[in-house]
Amino acid sequence: MVIKVLGTGCANCKKVKALAAEVAKELGAEATIEEVTDVKDIMSYGVMQTPGLVIDEKLIGAGGVPTKQQMQQIIQSAMV
Amino acid sequence: MADGFVFADPKLTPEPKPDVKRFHWQLWGGVVGAFIVWWLLYQILQPLAHWLTYDLLGLPIDSRLGESVAFFLYDVPKILLLLTGMIFLVSVVRTFFSPEQTRALLGGKRQGLGNGLAALLGVATPFCSCSAVPLFIGFVESGIPLGVTFSFLIAAPMVNEVALVLLLGLFGWPIAVLYFISGLTIAIVAGVVIGLIPNIERGVEDFVWQISVGENNSSAQTLTWANRLQQAGQTTREILGKVWLYVVIGIAIGAAIHGYVPEDAMASILGKDAWWSVPAAVLIGVPMYSNAAGVIPVIHALMEKGAALGPTLAFMMSVVALSLPEMIILRRVLKLPLIIAFIGIVAVGIIFTGYLFNFVI
Repeated sequence: MVIKVLGTGCANCKKVKALAAEVAKELGAEATIEEVTDVKDIMSYGVMQTPGLVIDEKLIGAGGVPTKQQMQQIIQSAMV
Repeated sequence: MADGFVFADPKLTPEPKPDVKRFHWQLWGGVVGAFIVWWLLYQILQPLAHWLTYDLLGLPIDSRLGESVAFFLYDVPKILLLLTGMIFLVSVVRTFFSPEQTRALLGGKRQGLGNGLAALLGVATPFCSCSAVPLFIGFVESGIPLGVTFSFLIAAPMVNEVALVLLLGLFGWPIAVLYFISGLTIAIVAGVVIGLIPNIERGVEDFVWQISVGENNSSAQTLTWANRLQQAGQTTREILGKVWLYVVIGIAIGAAIHGYVPEDAMASILGKDAWWSVPAAVLIGVPMYSNAAGVIPVIHALMEKGAALGPTLAFMMSVVALSLPEMIILRRVLKLPLIIAFIGIVAVGIIFTGYLFNFVI
């Protein structure tokens, strides 16, 4: 799966990226993680808050750092 | 302002646990328990600071060092306690608001009424200046007038819960209320004035008008009270983690001023009679970047030494509302002339308010 973190380099964006990498590794998901920093690209997903989380071009959520438990659920449901 | 992660699709929101009812009781019990502990702590602060300074450390009463230390030991826990309690309450309220809902509420509102609503929502909506650009584009693209968008962008950083708590804790409620009302007024008036500039749309970077904003219907999320309280707890920890150091440093500087700077030292520089003090305070404040948490304890100490309310609050408003980093962020969507107009209009509003404070009090 392709995990995209939408954000312009804020502290929380980095946290989301690190958390996604950590959880994907733990769950054994084959994931590439990308950062989307261009405003035009970020807006194309319709978010108004960063960081945003996109998996396989589907917006999962935005506006903060998910808890580890939430991230596990997010990645698990994307693996199916 | 940090806030919780919001799922785009409500169906993806994690299922509540089966034992949700028991969990609920624990949570509310915890809230009540925490409040009682909070209140008890608050009651013993003054005697505790006194005891620590004069009995445990053995500093002589009426000494400069003793006064500074007692001031510091009383103010730091007091402000941190106040911040914890108030940020938690505000965070719970904020779980009822989101930028998407705010946008929907502001859609179709015209200048005037829209500006008032936008300023109020700027206070209530969770907002972080790092999200200013996507928020700006999201607002403008959905047809919200520029002036209304600016009212939101001015009110959000200026009238925030950290500033209000510190003003409440150090200056008392009349000044906190005065600040709240004048902050909102500046945001509304500045937004209206910006909206009246002819061809204002040309001041926005061209690419903004060409962006196609994706669909996102995430507003229909219903949270349980357990979710809200948990989310508020997380937000409180995040905000406190960010500001506590500023508070401690600000109060330390304030304590040093309290103990060592002679009475009325500030009267000639920042007093009422120096007419230039208000604009000077605003000018100094613009390039400075600090949050309200660091500035307010210092200006509180300065006021004890004879500084007038007008220049002090004007300084604080310009530090939090017109910070250089935020202007650099906004420069990505606004052309330079509009940025300058924005700074100028808000600065004039703050200067006017500063004189008003001098006049009223």
